[in-house]
Amino acid sequence: MASLVRSWIPLLILQSFLVAVAFGSKEAEQFSEALLLKPLPDRKVLAHFHFENRAPPSNSHGRHHHLFPKAISQLVQKFRVKEMELSFTQGRWNHEHWGGFDPLSSMNAKPVGVELWAVFDVPQSQVDTSWKNLTHALSGLFCASINFLESSTSYAAPTWGFGTNSDKLRYGSLPREAVCTENLTPWLKLLPCRDKDGISALMNRPSVYRGFYHSQRLHLSTVESGQEGLGSGIVLEQTLTVVLQPETTSVETNMQPSWSLSSLFGRKVVGSCVLAKSSNVYLQLEGRLGHESKNVDTEIEAHKLWKNADFDLSLKPDRVLRESSGLLFIFDIDKSSDSEPFDLGLNWKLPSKWSCQQAPLQASRFLMGSGNERGAIAILLKATESQEKLPGRELTDGRCTIKANIFQIFPWYIKVYYHTLQIFVDQQQKTDSEVLKKINVSPSTDKVSSGMLEMMLELPCEVKSAAISIEYDKGFLHIDEYPPDANQGFDIPSALISFPSHHASLDFQEELSKSPLLSSFKEKSLVRSYTEVLLVPLTTPDFSMPYNVITITCTIFALYFGSLLNVLRRRIGEEERFLKSQGKKTGGVKQLLLRLTAKIRGRPIEAPSSESPAAESSFLSTKLIFKIILIAGAAAAWQYFSTDK
Amino acid sequence: MATEKRNKEEEEVKTDDGSPKIKPRPIVQLGIFLVAHSPVFSVVFSAAGVLALLILPLLAKNTYISENALMPGSARSMLSNRDVSDGSKLVKDIKNYRLNHEGQVQKLVGKYMSEMVAEVYYQKFHPEGNQFHPLHFFSGPDSYTLLDNVSCASYGVNVAGIIRAPRGDGKESIVLVTPYDFINGGDYEALSLGITSTLFSLLARVTWLSKDIIWLVADSRYGDYRPVAAWLSEYHSPSFKVSDLLKCGERNTADNFRRAGTVAAALVLKVDGRSERFEDTLSIYAEASNGQMPNLDLINVVNYLAVHRQGFYVKVEKVVSLLSSSWLKIIGEIFEAVGKLAHTLNPDWNFGIPVADYLEGSATLASSLYSQALGIPTGPHGAFRDNQVDAITLKVSPRFPPDSKTRQHDFFLRGARLLEGTIRSVNNLLEKFHQSFFLYLLTSPSKFISVGVYMIAFALLVAPLPMVAASLYIEGCKALTKSTDNPTENLKSWKWLDAAKQVFALHLFGFIVTLLPYFICQVPGQHSPSNRSIMWGTTSSSLLLITFAAIPGCSPFTSRHHGTHWAVLKSVTISAAFIGLCLMSIINFATAEIGALLLVPTCLMAQPIKPALRSRRIKSMLGAFCSMVLLTIGFPVMFFAISKGLFGEGLVGLSLGGEFWTWLESLWAWKSATYLYIGMVHLPCWLLCLCILFHPS
Repeated sequence: MASLVRSWIPLLILQSFLVAVAFGSKEAEQFSEALLLKPLPDRKVLAHFHFENRAPPSNSHGRHHHLFPKAISQLVQKFRVKEMELSFTQGRWNHEHWGGFDPLSSMNAKPVGVELWAVFDVPQSQVDTSWKNLTHALSGLFCASINFLESSTSYAAPTWGFGTNSDKLRYGSLPREAVCTENLTPWLKLLPCRDKDGISALMNRPSVYRGFYHSQRLHLSTVESGQEGLGSGIVLEQTLTVVLQPETTSVETNMQPSWSLSSLFGRKVVGSCVLAKSSNVYLQLEGRLGHESKNVDTEIEAHKLWKNADFDLSLKPDRVLRESSGLLFIFDIDKSSDSEPFDLGLNWKLPSKWSCQQAPLQASRFLMGSGNERGAIAILLKATESQEKLPGRELTDGRCTIKANIFQIFPWYIKVYYHTLQIFVDQQQKTDSEVLKKINVSPSTDKVSSGMLEMMLELPCEVKSAAISIEYDKGFLHIDEYPPDANQGFDIPSALISFPSHHASLDFQEELSKSPLLSSFKEKSLVRSYTEVLLVPLTTPDFSMPYNVITITCTIFALYFGSLLNVLRRRIGEEERFLKSQGKKTGGVKQLLLRLTAKIRGRPIEAPSSESPAAESSFLSTKLIFKIILIAGAAAAWQYFSTDK
Repeated sequence: MATEKRNKEEEEVKTDDGSPKIKPRPIVQLGIFLVAHSPVFSVVFSAAGVLALLILPLLAKNTYISENALMPGSARSMLSNRDVSDGSKLVKDIKNYRLNHEGQVQKLVGKYMSEMVAEVYYQKFHPEGNQFHPLHFFSGPDSYTLLDNVSCASYGVNVAGIIRAPRGDGKESIVLVTPYDFINGGDYEALSLGITSTLFSLLARVTWLSKDIIWLVADSRYGDYRPVAAWLSEYHSPSFKVSDLLKCGERNTADNFRRAGTVAAALVLKVDGRSERFEDTLSIYAEASNGQMPNLDLINVVNYLAVHRQGFYVKVEKVVSLLSSSWLKIIGEIFEAVGKLAHTLNPDWNFGIPVADYLEGSATLASSLYSQALGIPTGPHGAFRDNQVDAITLKVSPRFPPDSKTRQHDFFLRGARLLEGTIRSVNNLLEKFHQSFFLYLLTSPSKFISVGVYMIAFALLVAPLPMVAASLYIEGCKALTKSTDNPTENLKSWKWLDAAKQVFALHLFGFIVTLLPYFICQVPGQHSPSNRSIMWGTTSSSLLLITFAAIPGCSPFTSRHHGTHWAVLKSVTISAAFIGLCLMSIINFATAEIGALLLVPTCLMAQPIKPALRSRRIKSMLGAFCSMVLLTIGFPVMFFAISKGLFGEGLVGLSLGGEFWTWLESLWAWKSATYLYIGMVHLPCWLLCLCILFHPS
């Protein structure tokens, strides 16, 4: 706290800044911004914002940074985070049309809601504590209910199925978390220029959230310096991926819509963020023109690349890169200014069609059974058309195989019967030993921990479809464990399907510039895809029931205690004696009343009548009936006259 | 009458109070009192039960939207003329396609769907699904056994298109079904495709969707229900094993079944016939198997939008013959008069309704009760209810002939707006339907009777049964004690054992008779329904004879002196009927209600006919005659014939057995619990009443 207060003293800030300038450390903090635009085959446009912030390993800064967000560095120091990724996603990634086998989709296609995973650099016993503290810190930092991941029933510790092999890894996801600007604003606060300048100025909230897919990701990793005395450096990667539908006036359905930055976002870029080392805009055109002229020698041919019969760009690219499946145009936005804003536009002239490269198998997951009975979870893997062309096939025992990892978390109230696991390959049921290479199951404990299933399938290359089904039973929750909208059902988080022998990367024919976005694309990334979130209707109590229960219990208690007291208090002999004595004399109050009436009437007190009790009772009863009729008549008359007015 | 009784009762308690004797507990006293006066009370309660049933139309409440999230009609419709022209174009194309025999109409519909950026797939299904198997009676829909040798000669092809909600998470979906016979569908049927296509074209553009939309064009060549059921079973419980059906037909309709999350609600749209009224008519069908109903909110939303926004005339099914029945009219007039009288006494008492409303209400109520009691779904929505999805069928009848172009535009616009509004409401739902009622009877599209009210009629009807059983048991015990002098035989608590044996034997017999049709169906060779019913009848009666012969004391025809007293037998019979009716009321209330109307008087009136004839007194003769009439009506076949006559279908005489067989076959094919009720509760109790009637006492 004291340090926090101190940090606000401007003098100290100035001092530290001066010190840093004076020493001029060799490896300074770096920030770079980039925007990748990519037309998609289904007439949409993908925009991928990429910001990288590097804090080099050094102890000269102490606790202070120039560009790097302090909140993040404190997080890393406090919880000793080695690697962490947090993503907020709305909408579903369309693997069929938007691709599944490029670095962009394998890194940025995230499950709906919030996903968080982190690797810690602490002793094994402290990992869970660190995780819990981290979730709370992030929850405050990003205005989201990430703290719900604190409970041990909501996270898991994957061993190998997640792709990162570490025993200090924790993974959790919240499928129901709604994502909105309140999550984006703190995320933008981590950038040195916020959204005031540079590429991030494009993030007009209405247009960003109007998109079909919206995923905001924060990935940080620490880089060990290796030197004694030096701390570790941090690399913070912030990306925002949106899929937008350009507004189009043309009625032709096979024509790709033309767009420009200002039509997509409603804003233009006016210069780069001055703190950024590099700020570029990339335009990736996939699946086309890659096969055309092999070498660009002359200026005319280079010109042809961006202004041709098919399409033209409104600005001249600074560089053009080729990769195996398409072209990449690079624009530098440093040159733009207020008078000449950077407004890249793509104008299609001819209808064009291409398809994205897809993952070897397309995964979908669904629930079997309906209602409140027991059901089954099924994961269906279907071969895609591009499967045969892909590299990454393996030959084991002379057979060509595809490996697929499935990682799935089950909440504890989904009681999975792991022995019912059935695997069908091409509609033939297979035994586990035939296709299952590895499996790791950690069953759930009621109200304590969630269940986890990791398995590695080894499928033949010519597989058309594979199905996995596993049965479950629905558990019962305690009444106060139900969320507010319990009748919606409960979510089963997405399963992760990854292909360990397939790696996606873009390989450019030319040598790269030092752009962090391109170097991250060039790195081989594991091909992975998330399945849909499932909704399981559980038996929910009628929440007005407590009231009914209370009334019924009260009634039963009253009846029980009433009769019990009756039995305990009553003495039959005493009662008889009492009844006899009552027959002889009337009570004091009654006698008093009798005397009073007698005085009013002026008659002496009547002696107790010696009539037979039967006659008396009949007399009494007719009197009673008469009285009742009288009262009823009076009531009816009163009712009649009172309401008439 | 009842209040008077109560007064009397109170009086008696009072007089007991006064006496110095040890008084029994009030509850016990009340019980003894009720049992002692059981004949009077049974008449009073039964009459009150019937009366309560008759005044149900008066007690109906107006429906209201219970779930606030639904907000029907609050959003402005976004349908444009462009969407409508899409729909009209599809209808026109289908017509031309069919005229020129250009191939499968499914392909055309699929093409239209994929042009609207929907994911399209074709599903093949086999037309035969409903097979009776006694062991699978109550099992769920996933017990469809895949037939091993599927012939490619007959199979249907469903087309389905899915629109993914742009920003949705894909957890839930709404299903629209339009049954269409691709081979010989009429012009009216094609209109339903037009309406849905109009809507689908809009939904592909809108951004407010949060649930995915599935449009299923069900191939209704083999009935409406089967294709939907086949699609649902593939949706919810697919078989991953290889299916022979895939090999049939073209290869490109391969297995690419797609799903879209948990189904939140489903709407089935049908257009048929021309409306008899001035307005376009919308009929709502909601009854699913075993009297299950969708959530009332779904009906409310559709009714609200249809009446207040789109100006449809909305109706639900009713028994037309009741509308002109004079006895119901008289009852309605009495109620109207009573209501008016009450209104003059207190202007706040507004329970009286006009005779016409009463007649409409009771005709609708009767139909509602009948369809629930039958347990057969009234449309393809039944298939959804089997999967715990709320669904209704909307049958629209336009007021114009199908080839009128100008009217068609308006009709499409209004039909699609109705569906749009409904889908928008369901789309708003965060939770599944749970707010409103699931147990109700409709008396008009906007009036309902909830379970709390209609239970009263049934409760009053069955209330005399335990009373009468107790009083008869006491009576029977006394009679037995008198007749036997041997004190060792007077073990009082075991008197009912002989009677219970007989009751149990007959219930066992009923159980076997219930299972018999399964075996009769297994008999090789083609048999007509009448032959089968004769086979069933003969086997059953021979079985009955065997039962009587095998179990001593069962037969009503053997005169034995130390046999069970008829009063004890009747007491046990009544108890069995009581238990059976109460159990049935939990499974299917309407069946229990109608069953109680038949069974309660029969059981109560049953008494040996011989002493009545011997005594030659008017009263006992009348009683015997009544019980004989009731028993005749109570015989299931007889009741079937009478109800057929009531519903306006002519009696067919000799082929009655065959028709009864067909009716029962439909009951068990739909897994209706009514079939079990008839076989295992009604038939044994009826036989026992017959035993009592001919008891040699």
